[in-house]
Amino acid sequence: MSLITTLVGTLLFAVLGPVVGCLLAGLDRIVSARMQGRVGPPLLQPYYDVRKLFEKERASVNSAERVYVAAALLFALIAGGVFFSGGNLLLCVFVITLSSLFFIMAAYSTRSPYAEVGAARETLQVMCYEPMVLLMAVAFFQATGSFDVAAVLDMPHPVVCTIGLVFLGVLFILTIKLRKSPFDLALSHHAHQEIVRGVTTEMSGPTLGLVEIMHWCENVLFMGWIAMFFVWGSPLSAIAVVAVVALVYFLEIWIDNNFARVKWQFMFKSAWLVALVAGGVNIALLAFL
Amino acid sequence: MAFASKSPWVIHYDGSSCNGCDIEVLATLCPGFDGERFGVINTGNPKHADIFLVTGSVNEQNIGVVREIYEQMLEPKVVVACGICACSGGVFHDCYNVVGGVDKAIPVDVYAPGCAVRPEQLIDAIVAGVAKLDEKSAAMKAARKGA
Amino acid sequence: MELSLGLLGFLIVFPLVVAAVLLVVRQEAPRRVVVIAAAVVIALASVALVIMNLGASTTLFEFQSEALDFVCTGVSAAIAAVVIGFAVRYKNLWAAVLAAVQIAGTLVLEFVFAHEIEVPYGLYFDSLSLLMTLIIGVVGSGICVYALGYMEDFQAHEPEGAPDRRPLFFALMFAFLSAMYVIVFANNMEWMFTGWEVTTVCSFLLIGYTRTDEAIANAFRQIIMNLAGGLGFLVALYSCAITVGTFSFLDFLVIGANNPALVTLAACALAFAGITKAAQMPFQTWLLGAMVAPTPTSALLHSSTMVKAGVFLLVKLAPIFHVAPAPSVMVMLVGGITFALCSFMAVSQSNAKRVLAYSTIANLGLICACAGVGTPEAVWAASFLILFHAVAKSLLFLCVGTAEHHIGSRDIEDMDLLFDRMPRLARFMMLGIMCMFIAPFGMLMAKWATLVSFVDSGQVALVVILAFGSAATFMFWAKWLGKLAGIAGEPENVEATVKPTEWASLLLMACLLVLGCVFLPVVSAALVEPYIASVYGVPGQDIATDNLWLASICTVVVVLVLFAGVGARQRGRRVDVYLAGVSRDGEARSFQNALSGTAEASARNWYMESIFGEARIAPVGVVFNALIIVAAFAVSFVATPIVF
Repeated sequence: MSLITTLVGTLLFAVLGPVVGCLLAGLDRIVSARMQGRVGPPLLQPYYDVRKLFEKERASVNSAERVYVAAALLFALIAGGVFFSGGNLLLCVFVITLSSLFFIMAAYSTRSPYAEVGAARETLQVMCYEPMVLLMAVAFFQATGSFDVAAVLDMPHPVVCTIGLVFLGVLFILTIKLRKSPFDLALSHHAHQEIVRGVTTEMSGPTLGLVEIMHWCENVLFMGWIAMFFVWGSPLSAIAVVAVVALVYFLEIWIDNNFARVKWQFMFKSAWLVALVAGGVNIALLAFL
Repeated sequence: MAFASKSPWVIHYDGSSCNGCDIEVLATLCPGFDGERFGVINTGNPKHADIFLVTGSVNEQNIGVVREIYEQMLEPKVVVACGICACSGGVFHDCYNVVGGVDKAIPVDVYAPGCAVRPEQLIDAIVAGVAKLDEKSAAMKAARKGA
Repeated sequence: MELSLGLLGFLIVFPLVVAAVLLVVRQEAPRRVVVIAAAVVIALASVALVIMNLGASTTLFEFQSEALDFVCTGVSAAIAAVVIGFAVRYKNLWAAVLAAVQIAGTLVLEFVFAHEIEVPYGLYFDSLSLLMTLIIGVVGSGICVYALGYMEDFQAHEPEGAPDRRPLFFALMFAFLSAMYVIVFANNMEWMFTGWEVTTVCSFLLIGYTRTDEAIANAFRQIIMNLAGGLGFLVALYSCAITVGTFSFLDFLVIGANNPALVTLAACALAFAGITKAAQMPFQTWLLGAMVAPTPTSALLHSSTMVKAGVFLLVKLAPIFHVAPAPSVMVMLVGGITFALCSFMAVSQSNAKRVLAYSTIANLGLICACAGVGTPEAVWAASFLILFHAVAKSLLFLCVGTAEHHIGSRDIEDMDLLFDRMPRLARFMMLGIMCMFIAPFGMLMAKWATLVSFVDSGQVALVVILAFGSAATFMFWAKWLGKLAGIAGEPENVEATVKPTEWASLLLMACLLVLGCVFLPVVSAALVEPYIASVYGVPGQDIATDNLWLASICTVVVVLVLFAGVGARQRGRRVDVYLAGVSRDGEARSFQNALSGTAEASARNWYMESIFGEARIAPVGVVFNALIIVAAFAVSFVATPIVF
């Protein structure tokens, strides 16, 4: 039963994820522009960009890169499918990590010095946020008694009430996951603080288009994680979710526009410290109280 | 409908300019003129760029670089010579090391003269370049169908 | 049943016979025939035994022999004599002292305490033993076959006139297998102890194989640590003889689970033996030192034998740990701390075999932690960790060994472009690496179950340790994988000279790995759950079967991507990498520098020496774990009612 649900969920996510993610990215660019005193692009600009990329010539450094990127996109879709069909949160976390791994391998496979720098940093980023993500799943289990995302729907109150600290920790690493400055070491959307183009240096044309779509889907998935903290067994939660997601995303854009990229040492140490304190304390409280 | 014209990503290369034109190119991309209204993004990576903005003349040292950047851009692509030096060599045209305008190294699609070239003129040139992008994109599509 | 007993005896005796034969065979051709035939027979016998008894619960065999007891004592004495002989020759005091203490202890035990104690059911198997049988029989003998081609190359790389010790080498490999079978099948703890000591001394001789100064130093480090562990086993035997009154392992487990106070000391001492054998911190250095041996030895020690004997014992003891706090906390914390710290240290290593060694120790740490938790779910996870670790690690070691002979280095930095130079080997290696750390492969499914079992049992510290350790695990595997993944042009393919026996065993491991991952739910139902059900009365699987099947589907996708997708014909134009300027040669990443000369871009992996360096981290683990072990022993001395 659950296999079929996940399959249907993945197919639906493959259609809806990119749409929502594209609109989110368009909003992101408009809001960023407004913060800088600009008008900004049209809402559908990310869509135009990707369509353009697919119109471009096919050229690549090797034949493997594109296959790896396609695999990364596929697993991002599966992760989204697992999550939004109410499946196992840990499975979702593991599959999205698999997706990151394929993305990293795509960059390494090119042997471009710039892409390798990006790939090494991307690996570091995964190491930075992974503990907090795992602890998030654990705390979720403690709060609901199940690893299934669908369990939030039976809760009398949103899980954030019991795992608020974990929520703050996730908020911290969300900046890494969304590739927002100051934690955009591997791949920045701002040309002025990037060494060429980080991970995607050698990805061009349609391959880059796939990468963009993958990022849209990832962003939707991560916003889903945020939303998960505020859902409970009441229709009111829909309002709460929309408000919280909008607020969190706005906060991320604000951070993105106000902080310059940090060194990797700071990112690594702060991310692990936050995970240890926020995650560890919250889990210990739930386990022993 | 071609999307090339809706998202022109640019890469900027300074040949041997006096930096006057470079400052204007960057000013064009700054909030005051807000090129992103038309989807313009400065990429810094030839593999992602559609429009190649060259400032300054081509000399013996940089001709290889200009060619390589052009070579690494994917079709469809457009080259804009920004400022009079990039168009023809300008006041430096008879320097011992200057080869001449950018068109001595790679095919140029749009010439934007001026010393220094103004942002308005640059935007004009990019818009003209965008039209060329659309043409080339359509031609590529036709060729793909024909093939 | 008769047939099963026959097979079981055959599996113990036959490798010994083969070892004896190999000792006298000095030519390459007949040796090849003997090794391959023996390996196939052992593998088939193991598989037959497993298939005949699929899903069987514990089966005891009435088998008792005074003569065998004396043979065991004799073997122990012989082992001590060998060790003392070497210790005198190489002037190593500690090894001699420990061996002397051990033989004295064994003789006193046998003739003073153990005389009255009889174990009517000397042999047994349950599905955990069967799982081990499969690992020893198939993976272990696969490594023996691999060793044929490898040792031929190895001997060719030796200086002219170097003595050919290959007969001894192969004899030891097979003796090792036999000893492992004794450990997993013996219900009589004295026999088990003998098998335990045989593995110790076999690996001592294998590590010292090259007889270089380094090899000898490392071999002695191994023997000292493992003899100390052996003393732990001996203490447990004394405690069993005096307080529990039985040498039957299964009775001991049942008594222990019902009356934990009685066996606290014995369990603690056995756990100590398991910890040393599994190379947990503070004993991790012997396994790191074991790297000087020829690669098949490392593969054998790391994957199917030696260290697996340690964790096998710990997993067997899990029901006792479930109820006895002192040994449980010891095993849990030692395992957990080892897992996290060794994962951290692996980040700082560039020697491929050292990375593998640290990863082995880390994973064994995780298995220990699972055993220490002792819940059915944790044992389920531990069983799968053992299975997948054995297969994936042996695949990786065999790959590294072959790569070493063909590219002349075991440094990860030198594996640049391996994907081009040895395309098939690189893919096997990538498969092995992915299996070690990433979903949907078996290791990660087992880690998943581990996490769930830690959460279920409220082990907050272990949960946190697992979260951070896994993150470091990602780092060191992913960067190695990245090094392998690089593709540039068409460098010379150096793969053609890989021996067919090496390919055969690599292929065997890879197939086992993929099949194991894809059919994980089936393996769970057939081999793992019966054991847990027979011990705890519940199946122990904590992950919904649907999710396991989902992972299987993902596995198939990843394998297809690796072996069919990557490397397909390129569509579109092929371009060079971007080098910010004028490139000279895209494949070599060389470009025109500021003086119009040629410069080459190179990239090294990231080792983070300042954060994860061995010098910073190892002392922490050694001190912490030593304190924990001492504290646990102190508590158990107090807690156990009658001590001597």
